[in-house]
Amino acid sequence: MKLETHAVTKRYGAHAALDGASFSTGDEARVIALLGPSGGGKSTLLRVLGSLLVPDEGSISIDARTLPHDEDGALIERRANGFVFQGYNLFPHLTALQNITLPLREVHSMSETQATQRALELLHRLGLETHENKRPSQLSGGQQQRAAIARALAPKPRLLLLDEPTSALDPVMTGEVLDVIRELAEAGQSIILATHEISFARNVADWVVFLAAGKVQESSTATSFFTKPQTALAQQYLEGLSKYR
Amino acid sequence: MVSCCSWKRSQSSWPKSPAENHPGKAALSGVIHGNVLSAKSASTPSTPRRALYALALLVLVSAAFYALFSAVEYHWNWSGVWKYRTQFGIGWLITLGVSLAAMLVSVLLGFLLMLGNRAYWEPVRMLSSGVVEIVRGSPLLVQLLIGYYIVANALRIDQPLLVGLLLLGAFHAAYLAEIFRGAVESIGASQLETARAVGFNTQQTYRYVIIPQALRRALPGTTGQLVSLLKDSSLLSVIGIEELVQKVKIMNSASYTALEGYIPLAIAYLIVTLPLSHLARRLERRFAYET
Repeated sequence: MKLETHAVTKRYGAHAALDGASFSTGDEARVIALLGPSGGGKSTLLRVLGSLLVPDEGSISIDARTLPHDEDGALIERRANGFVFQGYNLFPHLTALQNITLPLREVHSMSETQATQRALELLHRLGLETHENKRPSQLSGGQQQRAAIARALAPKPRLLLLDEPTSALDPVMTGEVLDVIRELAEAGQSIILATHEISFARNVADWVVFLAAGKVQESSTATSFFTKPQTALAQQYLEGLSKYR
Repeated sequence: MVSCCSWKRSQSSWPKSPAENHPGKAALSGVIHGNVLSAKSASTPSTPRRALYALALLVLVSAAFYALFSAVEYHWNWSGVWKYRTQFGIGWLITLGVSLAAMLVSVLLGFLLMLGNRAYWEPVRMLSSGVVEIVRGSPLLVQLLIGYYIVANALRIDQPLLVGLLLLGAFHAAYLAEIFRGAVESIGASQLETARAVGFNTQQTYRYVIIPQALRRALPGTTGQLVSLLKDSSLLSVIGIEELVQKVKIMNSASYTALEGYIPLAIAYLIVTLPLSHLARRLERRFAYET
């Protein structure tokens, strides 16, 4: 997969979360990590890449296909993607199983039986087989996040986008969730991941996009980013993060 | 929960003392000593106990009212009003029928006004919020008078029942619109983003994400509003509808009594409002989930 953005700007009021962000990845990037300080534009870039947000200016292409800027086109586009967020964004009034089957039935036109079968298969794969009928409030943070991953994977997304999926979890639960993401990456799933888990990114990502102040500071293979970062900002960032680990 | 004797159980209903938070201090306190029940069971005692409380309260309140009533020298003439029981019954049915229809109108219209308030198109938003503000800000009595004698008259609609239930429904719709709006706006931005992320369009977002969650939050306020609606139906007498209160006024003057009709009147309203509140509480429990 080759991702390319050109001068992407996204403003919230007067604040530009993305301020002319341009980068391109190699042709074979499959697990792309978005790194950088908080407020640097990682989450916004992730949403723009997944068509969850339409940029104010600029263009994005995935494998030379330009993403649409209109809301209807963006809806069709993001239906082919899977999202996992920082908070536990399951629907609280639905069980883990229903959280997965509802979009399958309503968005992806699956039958009830097909949807349930697919959902159970994923819950099983993510170690949640005994929790299918629990509401999110009855699950631990790690279980909720795994259910959210199951929901994102259920329609077999082209691209799985994860926005700091472990930053609300304790270290044990973080481990649970990162294991799942690593397995998905190893199984060949295309992933874009915004994260602060630097050692995880080093192990799993094959491409790194480093953002700060709404701009892409660096875009390179994971190996070259972690061994010899080009910008001073990236060097500081990596040093800061590895100080206590 | 099994407990040996009523004395011990009765401790559970006492307000929780700060000393309970400190086991050491609690042991020193004679009052707290022996309280083995948790705070949760203290707030919801068993059914027989609740019945006992209810009975005791009923006896107390009845005694108080009996004392008040007997202190005033009023000669009750129940046989005078008994003759008019059929008219009373008809009035009750009219009140009930008009109110139920108006409730339907108010919920539907309230929902539409709430959607209008969130519409993409500015004039629709202005219209909805304008209607809500004007209807909420002016008395129902005036709305009934103008609505019936001017608007309905000009439109040649000579059906007081129909006009009355529409006006009553519209009045409470304005309040419901605000209750619904509050409930819908309380659904967090992350839920809306998640709905977009799983690929829901606007309609699906309302149907599967916003409404199911907002429903529970809107229920308590809605119930109160519907109870108010039922009681406000008494104002419909100004446009010539002989609903329950009007029937009672007629009954009182025909039988030369002053107050006799009003006690059955209050009971007739309670027969509807109490089950309504009970039903709402059961619904709330059914929709209950932690967020």
